[in-house]
Amino acid sequence: MEKNLTHIALFAALIAVLGLVPKIDLASGVPITAQSLGIMLCGTVLGARNGAAAVLLFLFLTLCGLPLLAGGRGGFGLLASPTIGYLIGFPVAAFVAGAITTHLRANIGLASTIGAFLGGLVLLNGFGVVGMSVMLDKTLPEAALLAAPYMIGDTIKAVLAGLITQTIAAARPAALLSRR
Amino acid sequence: MLTLTSPVETWAHRLPAGAKLGALTATTVLLFALKSPLALAAAATLVAAIIATGGHSFARASLAMLRPLLPFIVIVALWHLITRAPGEGAAIVLRMLAAVAAANFVTMTTRLADMIATLQRAARPLARLGLNPRTFALAIALTIRFIPVMLKRMTTLRHAWRARSPRRPGWRILMPATLAALDDAENTAEALRARGGTG
Repeated sequence: MEKNLTHIALFAALIAVLGLVPKIDLASGVPITAQSLGIMLCGTVLGARNGAAAVLLFLFLTLCGLPLLAGGRGGFGLLASPTIGYLIGFPVAAFVAGAITTHLRANIGLASTIGAFLGGLVLLNGFGVVGMSVMLDKTLPEAALLAAPYMIGDTIKAVLAGLITQTIAAARPAALLSRR
Repeated sequence: MLTLTSPVETWAHRLPAGAKLGALTATTVLLFALKSPLALAAAATLVAAIIATGGHSFARASLAMLRPLLPFIVIVALWHLITRAPGEGAAIVLRMLAAVAAANFVTMTTRLADMIATLQRAARPLARLGLNPRTFALAIALTIRFIPVMLKRMTTLRHAWRARSPRRPGWRILMPATLAALDDAENTAEALRARGGTG
């Protein structure tokens, strides 16, 4: 009970911190914020339910007025901005990434990479594109064009989520709530 | 940690958070119901006028909070100039600006503690779905407390990396950062149990 609670709270803080640290430059020089990596990790490390709960807690604090979203954004204005689809997709992405990590019969690194890819890239961008299409009054393909450049970074983040989850499985097998 | 609440006291700071959220919901519904660019321009002007009552520096801070919308405004403007439908483009941009600015106004004029308390009250019916209000409150406090702790540790990890390597710290420091978060969670759970648990 206490363990679930502290894991949810600490990973909500981790999502925030990953959005606040300076951008990480990848080898190719593509700067990415690690926030959506934090969303993926919530699922792949904490599992579906706890991962989604951590993301919801993070969103709650952001909407209440803490500037925790990457770029120092926060507050109710987020609900009316074109990126609303991504916010709605965050907890779903973490849930799906967690469910796949838990249930896919593959080694932990592969299962969590696939989970992070399907949840954090495919589903999340799906939500994001629908959101932009509604808010900007554009067709789905037009909105998808806006999201496309970010998917390169998201692919790299899915691989990183897999690597980090595998490292945790090796270093702290008991702490990996998604595989217990 | 800084919040988005404006340090400039306005008349709206004194209104109850629940009333402001209710008014915001009504405003947003109305904005999305309006279709004509002229009506939306009037609505946006009204929102701007309300923000202007907060004074010069308050209005500047409101404007700064709209910056993330700039790329979308540019894209929509270009798109609708190319497709020769400037009226529709203006309607989309004005609606977006008015709705986001109105919502930011509520955020900027409500203290974080008031906002959390109001939303916690609104979430009380969720107790039936298993969301214990006391556990929820504890989780909120833990997250807020641990964000600066983790930020500080990120900085320490960066310094440790730079002390050893001529290259810049890349994604590799995310591993110890995540491991440390897990260890913190473990230790905090232990400490909570030692003090009688969350029950």
